[in-house]
Order: sequence, then structure tokens, then C-alpha cells
Amino acid sequence: MTSPSATPNTAAAAGKGGRLRFFNFAAPMRFYAITGWLVPLCWVVAIGFAIAGLYVGFFVAPTDATQGESYRIIYIHVPAAWMSMMLYLVMAFWAGIGWAFNARMASIVARAIAPTGAMFAFLALWTGAFWGKPTWGTWWVWDARLTTTLILLFLYLGYIALVNAIDDQRRSDQAGALLALVGSINVPIIYFSVQWWNTLHQGATISMTAAPKMANTMLTGMLLMTVACWAYAFATVFMRARAITIERESRNAWVGKLVSQPAQGGQKT
Amino acid sequence: MNWGSASEFFHMGGKGLFVWGSYAVSMLVMVAEPLLARRRHQQALRQAALFNDEGRKPRFS
Repeated sequence: MTSPSATPNTAAAAGKGGRLRFFNFAAPMRFYAITGWLVPLCWVVAIGFAIAGLYVGFFVAPTDATQGESYRIIYIHVPAAWMSMMLYLVMAFWAGIGWAFNARMASIVARAIAPTGAMFAFLALWTGAFWGKPTWGTWWVWDARLTTTLILLFLYLGYIALVNAIDDQRRSDQAGALLALVGSINVPIIYFSVQWWNTLHQGATISMTAAPKMANTMLTGMLLMTVACWAYAFATVFMRARAITIERESRNAWVGKLVSQPAQGGQKT
Repeated sequence: MNWGSASEFFHMGGKGLFVWGSYAVSMLVMVAEPLLARRRHQQALRQAALFNDEGRKPRFS
């Protein structure tokens, strides 16, 4: 309350200064235009890296000495599990930014991430079950790593259900942000669960501090698949964010102009 | 090369069900998700176009 003019002034100064471009990108219209050509690019990267990763994983990498061929599930299981954790943090980050600064695009991006994150969490669990059966002799066990990942899936589903249940857009974004931020405590718990608890799940395949515990070709295949999954996530999140942008901005002039252009690519992705 | 023949490849050393069960479902959901996103986008554009047309029409006709 000491200087009432401080807040609007700093915002205006930031807009005029060097960060102008950044805020331009944050405007729905600019975001829509830029992601329009980013989406096909992401698909090319995703499909290219997936083909390369699967080729290395199935045809170059050797059979695992102890697990036999079932280990080949790793090329989808580990990237999916990484993505499910990472996307949750990214979702919580943008939801928080949207809440704190009332940034429209940030809240849209947070919403757009949730289904993709849930999909990856589901895949991590599904492929984990299909890997656990031949390796541990059971599809499922109430173990720390598995249980916390299941909670992650429920957090995603809870977020989606919550934001869809509240009609008021700003309230819905805020409630979602609160759930996303509180739930993000689960992510480090998943990550460290294999160290903190005695668990059936094997330890980290790759860590920051030690050399990878796997053959070089296996590692290459897994990293190629990880890049593919990142590109896939960018592509689908951008696609969904573009859809939500149109839903929310349908009464704005730029959307009106976009949809009134006859055969001008308005119906494309 | 790890596999002598195609059937050896699909057999996966007796673990075919688990390996292909993982990859088939992954493929399925990773194809379905972008298709759903695209449908949502197209629906949003149609909705916006409808609204846009209504705005131009005379109100009581």
C-alpha cells in the first residue's frame, strides 16, 4: 500500500522493454499462430526418433542376460514413466503461473498437459504390469514405486475432473492450479521411492551421479525413445492447447477472422 | 541382428505376449490421443464459425 502505482507501472515497463516478445508469445493469437507450424515439426521429430529408437531397441541392442527378451519393454516403459512425472511438474508450473499472474495461455497449457500426462502415467503402469508378470511373476504389487505412480494417475484424473466440474473459467483454473501444486509433492516421492523403501521395483536405470547400468546400445535406444516421447508430448499438448484457445477465445475478433476465411486452412489440425 | 526369422522376432523368446502387449496398447493410445485432440480442435473451430455467422445475421429474422 506504500506505493499504489508500483504494480501497474512495473507491468507496463516490462511490456515496453526487452520482454515484449515474450509477452507477445503469451498472447493466445500469437501462440495459436506459432504452434500452428510447430505441431507438424514435432510430429516429424516424434515419428523419426521413434522409428530410430525402436530399430536400435529391437534390432541392435542385445538380449538381456538375466531377463531375456522381456526387458525390451524398457524402451517404452521408462520414457513413459519419465514423461508422466515431468509433465506433472510442467503442468503444476504453468497452472501456478496462470494463477499467480492471471496469464491466460499458462492456464490453457496446464489444462492441455493433463490428458497427455495421464496417458503416459497409464502407459507406465500398463507396460510395468506387462513387464512385472514375466519378471516378478505378478501383474501388480502394492509396492512404493507402483502405488505412488498409481496416485500420480489419480492426480491427473482428479485435476481433469475438477477443472471440468467448475463452470467459472477463472475459478476452475485456480482450483486446478491448487490441486496441481499440492499434488506435485508426489513426484519426488515417486522418484526416490526406490531408495527410501524396500521395493520390488529395480533402482534407477540412469542417475546423475553414476554410470548407466546398461549396455550402450540399450541406453541409446531408450534415449532416442525419450526424445520421441518429448516431441509427441509437445505435439499433442500444442494441439489440445490450440483447441482450448479457440474454445475460450471464440468471441474474439481474431478467431472470427480465422474461421471466416474461406478454405484458408481453418480446418487444419 | 538379433533375430533369425520373422517368427523368432514375434515370439520374443517366449515373452511375445508381454512385449507386444505393451507396445500394442502404447501404439493404440498414442494414436488415439492426437486424433481426439484434432477432433476437439475441429469442433471448436466449427463452434466459433457458427458463433461468427450468428453475429453477422440480423437478430430477429
